[in-house]
Amino acid sequence: MEASTVLRLKGLTKRFGPILANDDITIELQKGEVLALLGENGAGKTTLMNMLFGHYLPDSGNIEIKRTDDNLVPLELGDPSAALAAGIGMVHQHFTLAENITAFENITLGAESLFSLRRNQKKAQTKIKSIMSHSGLDAPLDIPVGKLSVGERQRVEILKALYRDAHILVLDEPTAVLTPQEADSLFSNLRRMTNQGLSVIFITHKMREVLSFSDRLVVLRDGKNVGSMKTSDASEKKIARLMVGSETQKVSSKRIKPGGPILSLNEISVAGQSKRDSLHEVNLILNSNEILGIAGISGNGQNVLADLISGLVAPDRGSIVLKGVAIENISPFNMIKSGFGRIPEDRHRQGIVGGLSVSENMIIERLDDPQIQNFGFLRSSVINKNAKTLSEKYDVRGPGIDQASRLLSGGNIQKLILARVFEKQPEIILANQPTRGLDMGAASEVQKHLIEARDRGGGVILISEDLDEILGLADRIVVMRDGKLHDAISNSREDIGLMMAGDST
Amino acid sequence: MIRIEPREKISNSSTVLIPIIAAVVSLLFAAIPLLAAGANPFVAYVEMAKGVFGSVFAISEMLTRATPLIYTGLAAAIAFRAKLWNIGAEGQLYLGAIAAVTVGSGFFDLPAVLLLPLIIVLGGCAGAAGMAAPTYLKVRFGADEVVTTLLLNFIIIIFLQMLLEGPLQDPMGLGWPQSAPILDQGMFPPLIDRMRIHSGLILAVLLAVIAHFMIKYSVWGFKLRAVGENSAAAKHAGININRSLFGVALLSGGLAGLAGVSEVAGLKGYLTADLSPGFGYAGIVVAMLAGLSPLGVLIASVFIASVFVGADSMSRAMGISSFLADLVVSVSLLCVLVGGFISKFKIVRAGTGKRFK
Amino acid sequence: MIDILNILLTDSFWAASLRIATPLIFGVLGALICERSGTLNLGIEGIFVVGAMCGWMATWLGAGLWGGIIVAFICGAFFGLIHAVLTVPLGLSQHVSGLGITLFATSVSYFTYRTALPDVASPPRIEPFQPLDIPVLSDLPFVGLVLFQQTALTWLALLMVVLVWYVLNRTNLGLAIKAVGDNPNSVDAQGLSVYAIRMWAIVIGSALMALGGAFLTMSAFDAFFFGMVNGRGWVCIALVIFASWRPGKALIGALLFGAFDALQVRLQTEMGAFVPGQVFLMAPYVLSIVALVIAARSADYPRALLTPWFKGQR
Repeated sequence: MEASTVLRLKGLTKRFGPILANDDITIELQKGEVLALLGENGAGKTTLMNMLFGHYLPDSGNIEIKRTDDNLVPLELGDPSAALAAGIGMVHQHFTLAENITAFENITLGAESLFSLRRNQKKAQTKIKSIMSHSGLDAPLDIPVGKLSVGERQRVEILKALYRDAHILVLDEPTAVLTPQEADSLFSNLRRMTNQGLSVIFITHKMREVLSFSDRLVVLRDGKNVGSMKTSDASEKKIARLMVGSETQKVSSKRIKPGGPILSLNEISVAGQSKRDSLHEVNLILNSNEILGIAGISGNGQNVLADLISGLVAPDRGSIVLKGVAIENISPFNMIKSGFGRIPEDRHRQGIVGGLSVSENMIIERLDDPQIQNFGFLRSSVINKNAKTLSEKYDVRGPGIDQASRLLSGGNIQKLILARVFEKQPEIILANQPTRGLDMGAASEVQKHLIEARDRGGGVILISEDLDEILGLADRIVVMRDGKLHDAISNSREDIGLMMAGDST
Repeated sequence: MIRIEPREKISNSSTVLIPIIAAVVSLLFAAIPLLAAGANPFVAYVEMAKGVFGSVFAISEMLTRATPLIYTGLAAAIAFRAKLWNIGAEGQLYLGAIAAVTVGSGFFDLPAVLLLPLIIVLGGCAGAAGMAAPTYLKVRFGADEVVTTLLLNFIIIIFLQMLLEGPLQDPMGLGWPQSAPILDQGMFPPLIDRMRIHSGLILAVLLAVIAHFMIKYSVWGFKLRAVGENSAAAKHAGININRSLFGVALLSGGLAGLAGVSEVAGLKGYLTADLSPGFGYAGIVVAMLAGLSPLGVLIASVFIASVFVGADSMSRAMGISSFLADLVVSVSLLCVLVGGFISKFKIVRAGTGKRFK
Repeated sequence: MIDILNILLTDSFWAASLRIATPLIFGVLGALICERSGTLNLGIEGIFVVGAMCGWMATWLGAGLWGGIIVAFICGAFFGLIHAVLTVPLGLSQHVSGLGITLFATSVSYFTYRTALPDVASPPRIEPFQPLDIPVLSDLPFVGLVLFQQTALTWLALLMVVLVWYVLNRTNLGLAIKAVGDNPNSVDAQGLSVYAIRMWAIVIGSALMALGGAFLTMSAFDAFFFGMVNGRGWVCIALVIFASWRPGKALIGALLFGAFDALQVRLQTEMGAFVPGQVFLMAPYVLSIVALVIAARSADYPRALLTPWFKGQR
C-alpha cells in the first residue's frame, strides 16, 4: 500500500509574549502511521497540538489536511469546530469529560444541534457499538463518567474522537495514568485502528513507548523540529541527544545499606468518600538511609497516603510511629514539628501561596520560629536574608524574592519548595510526584536532592507514577493498589506492572 | 477572535489609579439618570460639591457619614482578604448597637472613663458573635457563609424590632419603637462644638492604621493573607485554617459591631430600626474600592460618604431622588471590578499577538 | 398541636402555600440554571426588585398584564447580561459582581420609581392577575381552591418547573449546560462555546428571577413598595443548595418554604397574644439557614461553580 500524506503542518510559529513556543515547525503525517512527538517539558509539543486542534491560532504557517478526495486542503485555523469537522480528534492529558453525565452523553455532546427537542439515542448507540467492536475499545456507557476508572475514561475520550469520524487521532501523554499492561493494550488497539486507516500522533517523553510502538518520530527542542526519523533507525541514546541537545547522564542512585526503622505505619485505615481516597490496613516501615518507592496507578490511594503523612487527614484506625513513639494529634503543624519534610504533588495548589512573595513562601512552615518573629511580628530583614541565601543555594530563579511566587516557572517553584524542605534537614521526606512536569535538568536536580537526603541518613518515601523513576531511585519498592500496599515480589518492570494492575488481568 | 491573557506584571500605579478612575467614571455615569430625570447634570454636580465641601459644617457632615463606613469597610476588607465572605455587616452593626444601648442607657451607671470603653467592648463583642455563628456553620457544616450572613441580616433586624417594641423600648418614648437614650457619659465626645462629628471617627482611623500594620507585619496577618490567597497550601504548611478564619470572623464582626456603637453612642444617642441606611452593604463597596487595604478604606469611605451627603443636598436643592447616591455607589463597585480586570489581564487578538485596544 | 393540625387540613392554607411559593419557584429555577452552568448569581435579590418594579410600571403605563410580564422578563435578562459579561468572558469574582448587580439593580429600580412618581402619598395600584376560574375544576373540593383558583403566574411557575426539568434531562442543550458546569473543557473540546452556553444560562436564569419579582407586584399585591422583596432572593440561593440543583426538588423546597411561611402567618394570628409577632416573622429566614445547614454537608455542588474559564488556557 502506497503511503499518502493526510496532514501537513507547514512552518507553524507561535509566540507567547517574549517566548517563542513554536518556531517554524513542519511535520507530515502519513495515512495509517503512528507518529511519536517527543520533547522535554516546554519544548512546544502541546502548543503545536493545540494549534492543530484550533485552541491556539498560529502567528504564521498553515495546516493542510486531506479530506475525502486526494488533495490536501488548508484547514481553517483557530477554530476547534473546524478541526473537529476535518476529522481531527484530540485526547488531552487532562481528560475533557464532564463527570456528572454518562460516557454516552459525553460522546454525543455537541454532535447534534443543541436546540433539537429530543435526543436521537438509538442511532448514536448503534454507531458507538460498531466503533467499539471495530477498535476493541470498551467502556461502560450508561453510568456517570465520575464513576469510571482512569483507563475507562481514556477509552471514552478516544471513542469520543472516533464518534466524530476522526481519521487523525492526537494523544497527549496517553500512558501517564496507565499500567504498563494497560498501555500495551492501548497501543495494540491503536495498531488495530491504524490498520483500518487511522493515523495517530502521540506525544510522550517515555522512550520505551516510542521505540516499541511508533513508526516514525519527531523530536522538538526549544520550539524547533530538531530531527525526524524512522523508529527503526532510532536508538534511545540518539533520541536523548536530540531532546536535550547534549548527552545527559541519568541520575542513578548507588545503593547503600539501609539503617534501622525510623517510621512505621501500623494497620492504618482511612475511610474516604470513595475508593480512590481510602486506605485499608496499610502497614509500612521506612528505614533510615533508604528511599522507599511507592509504585501504582494514580488514584489507588497514593494521595490519601501522602495526605496522611503530611498530616492533612487523620487515620480512622491504626497508628503512625516515629522512632518508637506514636504521633498523637496528627496535623500538618505537628508533622512538620516532628521532622517531616513534605513535597506535595500539586505544587501550585498545595506547595506555594502564589500571592505571597518568594521570601514569605520560604518561611511559611516556620512561622513560630523565634528567629522569624518577635512577639508576633515578622522580622523582615531575617526573612529577606534567608530568602537570598536559599535562592542562591538552591538556584531559585525568578523576578525577585519580594515578588509574588506565582510568577516563577514550575521548575523554580519546585526548587523553592525543595529549599524550604531540605534546609531543615528533615529525617523523613515525603516526595509525591516530585518530578512531574519538570524538564530533565530540573528533574535530575530534584532526584539528586532526594539521594543526598538519603545518604545523609534520612528516609525518603517516593510516590511516583513514573515507574522508570522508581526503578532508578528506590532502594525498596512497594506497590499501591485499591488502598493497600503490597511488597514488590521483584524489581522487574513486568512483575511490578502486573501488581499495579492486579493479578487478575 | 480575541483572547484574554494574564499580564506578566501588575503595575503598582494601577492599584491606586483604578479606584480613582472607577470613582470618576461612576460620577460621570450619574449624568445619565440626571438627564433622564430632567436635571442639568452640571448644576447637579455643583450642588453636590457644595453639599460636601461648601463649608466646614458640610465637611464635618461628610466625615460624620464616613465614620460608620470606615468600620464596615474595614470589616469587609479584612474578611474578604481571608476569602471569608462576610455580607452580614449590616446585621452585625445592629448587634453592636443593641449591645451599646442595652448597657449604655442606664443599666450600669458608671463614670465616662469606664462606661464608654465598656460600651465599645461589648458592642464589638456582640458584632463578633454575629459573625462567629455563621463561621461556625461554615467550618462545622460547610454552610455557605454568603447565604447565612445575608439571611442573618434580616433575622437580626426583625429581632431588633421585637426588642424595640419590647424590653428595649423607651418607657418615656410615647410608644415609639425606639430605645432609651444612652447616658451622656456613655457618648463619644464630640470633636467640634455644635457639629455632629464625634470621636468615633478618631477610633475608626486608629483601627484602620492598626489593621494595616497587623496585616502587613504580623504573623497573624501573614496567616490571614496565606489563607485568603491559597487555603490548601496554607493548610499544608501547617497553618490552622479554622483558627485563622475564626480570628478573622471575630475581628470583622467586631468592627461591624463598632459601626453600630459609633452610630448610637456617637451620633443618634438612641436606637431605632432605621439606624443604618445600608452602611453594612456600602462597606462592601468601600472595601472593594480600597482594594481591600485598610488605609485605602479611609479614602474610599470619604468618597462614598461624599456621594451620599452630596446627593442628599443636591436632592434637597433640585428635587432629584437621593437614590441617585445608591446608583453611583453601585456603579463605582462594578467599575472597580472591571478596572481590576484590566490591570490583571490584557485582551489580545489571538494569533497576531498584537495588543487589542 | 391541634391548632396546627387544623390549619394543615384547610384548603386555604395550601392555596396560600402555593401562592407564597410561586415567586420562590421562579427564583430557585433561575438560580439553578445559572449555577448548573457554573455561575453563582447573587444579583438575584436586585433582579427580583427590577422584575417587581418594571413589570408593575409597564402595566401601570398601559402595557397590560402580560405586557408587564414580558417587560419584567427582558429587564431581568438585561441585568443578567451584565453579570454574564462580568463573570464569564471577564471571569471576575462572582460574589462581588453579583452583589454589585443587586445594589445596581435595586438602586436603578428605586431611582426610576421615585423619579417617575415623585410625590405620591399612597402608591398607585394596578388591576393584578385574577385567580383563574376554570369551570368544574375550580369548584372541586379542596384541590379546586388549592390548584385551580391560583393566578396564571402560579401556573406559569409550575410549567417552568416541568420545562426546566425537561430541558436539563432530555435535551442536548441541558446536557451542555450540565457539562459546562462540571468541566467546561468537555464542552470546548466538542466544539461548543463555553462562553455562549454560560452567558445564555445566566441571561435566561436572571429573566426567570425577574418573573418572581413581577409576581409580587402583579399577583400577590397590586403595587410597588420599597423593600418589598425582603430577602426572598437570598432565600432562593439557600433553597437551590437544599434542592441539590434539581428542578423537582426545587419545587418541593419552595413549597415547603411557602407552607412554613403560610403556617407562621396563621400561627401569628392565633398566638399573637402570647408570642411577639416578630418571632414568626423571623422563622422563615431561620428555616432557610437550617435547611442550608442540613443540606450543605451532602451538597453535590456543580464542580466548576465559581471557577472562571478562559479560552485557550488549559
